[in-house]
Amino acid sequence: MKAARLVLLQIKYQERAFRRNPAAAFFTIAFPLIFLVILNVIFGGNDLNLGDRVISGATFYIPAIAALTIVNSCYTSIAMSWVFDRDGGVLKRVRGSPLPPWAFLFGRIAHAMILMLALLVLVVLFGWLFYDVDVPGQTMPAVLVTLAVGAFAFCAMGFAIAAMVPNADAAPAVVNASILPLLFISDVFIPPDAGTPAWVEHVSSVFPVRHLSEALQTGFNPFETGAGFEPVHLGVIAAWGVVGLLVTLRFSSWEPRV
Amino acid sequence: MAEAVIEVRGLRKRYGDLDAVRGIDLRIERGEVFALLGPNGAGKTTTVEILEGHRSRSAGEVNVLGFDPGRNEVALKERMGIVLQHTGLEPYLTVSETVDMFRGFYPRPLPLDEVLEVVGLEEQRDQRVRRLSGGQQRRLDVAVGLAGDPELLFLDEPTTGFDPTARRGAWAMIRSLRELGKTVLLTTHYLDEAQALADRVAIMVRGEIVAEDTPAGLVAADADAVIRFRAPQGAALPDGLGLREADEGLIEARTIDPTRDLNTLTSWALGEGIELEDLTVSRLSLEDVFLRLTDEGDGEVVS
Repeated sequence: MKAARLVLLQIKYQERAFRRNPAAAFFTIAFPLIFLVILNVIFGGNDLNLGDRVISGATFYIPAIAALTIVNSCYTSIAMSWVFDRDGGVLKRVRGSPLPPWAFLFGRIAHAMILMLALLVLVVLFGWLFYDVDVPGQTMPAVLVTLAVGAFAFCAMGFAIAAMVPNADAAPAVVNASILPLLFISDVFIPPDAGTPAWVEHVSSVFPVRHLSEALQTGFNPFETGAGFEPVHLGVIAAWGVVGLLVTLRFSSWEPRV
Repeated sequence: MAEAVIEVRGLRKRYGDLDAVRGIDLRIERGEVFALLGPNGAGKTTTVEILEGHRSRSAGEVNVLGFDPGRNEVALKERMGIVLQHTGLEPYLTVSETVDMFRGFYPRPLPLDEVLEVVGLEEQRDQRVRRLSGGQQRRLDVAVGLAGDPELLFLDEPTTGFDPTARRGAWAMIRSLRELGKTVLLTTHYLDEAQALADRVAIMVRGEIVAEDTPAGLVAADADAVIRFRAPQGAALPDGLGLREADEGLIEARTIDPTRDLNTLTSWALGEGIELEDLTVSRLSLEDVFLRLTDEGDGEVVS
């Protein structure tokens, strides 16, 4: 019970600090919606051929932006905040207090998850209201499982990349350079039939972002007749998560590296 | 003998080929304010971080409040407070929220009002951390270190970067910690700070403790006084006084018998018809002792 209290205390103060910085909070929330609107304006009018099915551009972009939201909330924001906390001495201070490190960690992750879920609900609601995109029904369990696996993997990779970043000044450059190209080649920003060369798709198939977006596409596909589970995609995502976890455990540190 | 809060025997730390700490012994008793002094790179921070549990040691025995800090036990962390050099606090929380958050980590925290009173931040209690001045942020660091009502407090350079007024305020705060019965291990660059606050001082040089005593004892262990003056260029100075060149063109001599040595010096000056400009006789400060201990080779003997 003491453990739960400590984690809740972390979440409470994190959430309070988040609200107190309205500019950061606003753009964190607006970020996926801005992408959703812009991409829909540019590509949304075209119907897309996905295999033997035709879906609207908007139906494509809701799961795509959901994937972006997972990547952003887990990978990018966790990596950045971990590096900043490490360099700012926050982690060292926690280590010198009786707060168990895992409670601090859990508080950070839980806050990121709460924010991610809120943003995902917002994105799906936005699609339903303005773009006539169906909310998944029978595939909902598959979507939630994908979400859980994706959140685990991208959080783990966020901590792993943070361990690779030498200092806070380098964090935005390293983190963005490691993820933005993948978002472009993994059918997140650019729809699959936009003429992406096959070899690019082969390259991106090695990395987890494509598997996340494809698993979510299945979950949101209105023509999907099954439960919508994508074991291969989920397996690749989970494998990356395990690699991230191992790198984190091996190389992560609590001390500033300056 | 009073109870030891910190006891260290034969502590060593190696980084590769570098011996950062070369076998030191320390004993700090309950209720003491103990200052660890030394030039940069002397091994102070390494020593303190080993005591805090932030760093492992290569050899030696370390006992802090009956625990081995290397084992990272929560029961020890609940009884000590650490004030680091860097703040690392959430800028968007208020002062009282920050202290309250840390109070929440401890089983028997100090009441919020008492923490704020000791560090003198009552008026800033609802202010955001980012709006505090540098001195106020440093006070908040101390407040966070005190939140759990620790028996032992580590203070790492608590007044670095302060203006003189802020320093005096911080000194008053550290004195009030002593009144609360806290044991304080202070590291500082400022010798006047150690002299003003510490019950005992250890001076560390190149990984070893070269002197350890009360500030008065350290000063008394050395010669009693120092004579300083200026003489014209090329003047043949008298023998037997141990005169040497000091900073800013001054010539100085340490003496255990200032009356006799001053007589020798002034008789010589009168005989030669030399005016001894800026002539002073003063007690040694801790700084004089420190400089002698940490920088033996400096100051050439001129006669």
